[in-house]
Amino acid sequence: MIYAAILAGGKGSRMGSTDVPKQFLELDGKPIIIHTIEKMLMCDRFEKVIIGINPDWKSYCEDLISKHIGDNDKIIVCAGGADRNGTLTNVIDVIDGINGIGDDDIIVTHDAVRPFVTKRIIEDNIDAALKYGACDTVVPATDTIVRSDDGEIISIIPERSRLYQGQTPQSFNIKLLTSSFDALTDEEKATLTDACKILVLKNHPVHLVNGEVLNFKITTISDYQLAKAMLVIK
Amino acid sequence: MISYIYQLIKPKVISVKYKNIDVNNGKVIVRPEYMSICHADGRYYFGLRDAAILRKKLPMALIHECMGRVVYSPDDRFKVGEKVVMIPNAPGEEVSGEYENYRLDSVFSSSGADGFMRELVDLPAERLVSCDGIKPQVAAMTEFVTIPFHAADRFERAVQTGVGKIGIWGDGGLGYLTALVLKHKFPKAKICVIGMDETKLNMFSFVNETYLADKLPEGFRVDHAFECCGGNGSYYAIKQVIDTINPQGTLMLMGVTEDEVPIATRMVLERGLTLVGCSRSGRVDFENAVEFLRDKKALNRVERIISETVEINSIEDIYTSFEKDLVNPFKTVLKWNI
Repeated sequence: MIYAAILAGGKGSRMGSTDVPKQFLELDGKPIIIHTIEKMLMCDRFEKVIIGINPDWKSYCEDLISKHIGDNDKIIVCAGGADRNGTLTNVIDVIDGINGIGDDDIIVTHDAVRPFVTKRIIEDNIDAALKYGACDTVVPATDTIVRSDDGEIISIIPERSRLYQGQTPQSFNIKLLTSSFDALTDEEKATLTDACKILVLKNHPVHLVNGEVLNFKITTISDYQLAKAMLVIK
Repeated sequence: MISYIYQLIKPKVISVKYKNIDVNNGKVIVRPEYMSICHADGRYYFGLRDAAILRKKLPMALIHECMGRVVYSPDDRFKVGEKVVMIPNAPGEEVSGEYENYRLDSVFSSSGADGFMRELVDLPAERLVSCDGIKPQVAAMTEFVTIPFHAADRFERAVQTGVGKIGIWGDGGLGYLTALVLKHKFPKAKICVIGMDETKLNMFSFVNETYLADKLPEGFRVDHAFECCGGNGSYYAIKQVIDTINPQGTLMLMGVTEDEVPIATRMVLERGLTLVGCSRSGRVDFENAVEFLRDKKALNRVERIISETVEINSIEDIYTSFEKDLVNPFKTVLKWNI
């Protein structure tokens, strides 16, 4: 079976006059997270769309879903964890509790604050995860990336043609993901910044799926202003 | 939900517009899968329309020939996953006796509103016709097939003498489909096609006669005519029709021209001819066209006018598809992956 996981475990960040998590800010009359959930619901290959949300905001999120989407038995809201991987683990536990985890089960994980994801990206993720076991959505890097080990001087300038910027979704065979995570040492777990790294650390190939430049993450006030502006252009 | 719309912002330049689709607006949401390029799209794309028209209409998404798959339905009229053809005409207020496509307040996708080059399209259920079971590349061209169905309907109402012998001027896709539909609607009619390209005329295997326009036999006559040339060819076709049509014949005008075309009205008057202008189509034509395409032989014949199918994975691929369409003899179909 194929599942969508919308990761929204983060707490409030000051992006407006109130301290509301950014996934709840309105974009053209609708909270960002609702745009994202609706896009996931346009894919009928998903058995369930599970939203991992900060426990403090769980009932608020359920109210928003009820108001904007209504009853939908595909949607499950669960409490997120202490960090991104904790939230992902909670979502997988929910799946395990509903249907158990099958050998071919796939999870498509996506940031709640990337509402500009397209149906094509979602479908390509599912296909790649089914075929290869793991995939990451990327766009080619357009800026030159500079590495500095001390924050003072350039250590290295990697060749740009081999660099990509990671987006989401990131999609996995669930059993492959959990078994790889369990095999990590505590030191390795401490270095995790995203789920794909779990597979990379265990030397399992993670295939690339083409993203869209504007499938960006709304993290700053400028991102939010840009997202709003993008929807008013006639 | 945010959806991507691929708009032509000026000739040969496409840019993405982002639109919030209200999922609760009672409309069906369709993911386009296959579409085909119409000459009208090409005229916008290459900037061949009048500059004032381009200024008024752009930015605008092109394409009005399209099929897709339902991804959301507010009720049970359509089911998720069902393949559908989209009707580009949003009819205005109903006027008794008037076809929906001629109402002054009707809006046509890719002319007065965004066409179907979109990530997702939301349409009222009555603007969709199920095409499950029909090869999707062919179903994409359904709108094109509706044009001769609509013209045949108008012809049937206009014709004053027996159907007899029908001449079709034009050996392109429109001429081909018009011949096919007329053969289907009027099996006893004698259909002859007049064109400029012998290779293209050879495609019309199912008609009674084909002729090169400059080699019409002495004494050639038709009872009625369908002009399917458009562009510069319209003038010569209409002139030849008027020279060869029998008295009280009906001339159906179907080809689109940018320039005004002089017509020998003296001969129109003398022969008592009826000239009928035909453009676009309505829901009933879509239902008839889909039914027609369910016949395997008809589908096979329509499929023959697909010159090329182009995979669209990027905006660059859209540019390539229009360049290819310029040189393709018949239709360019797009597999819409973006």
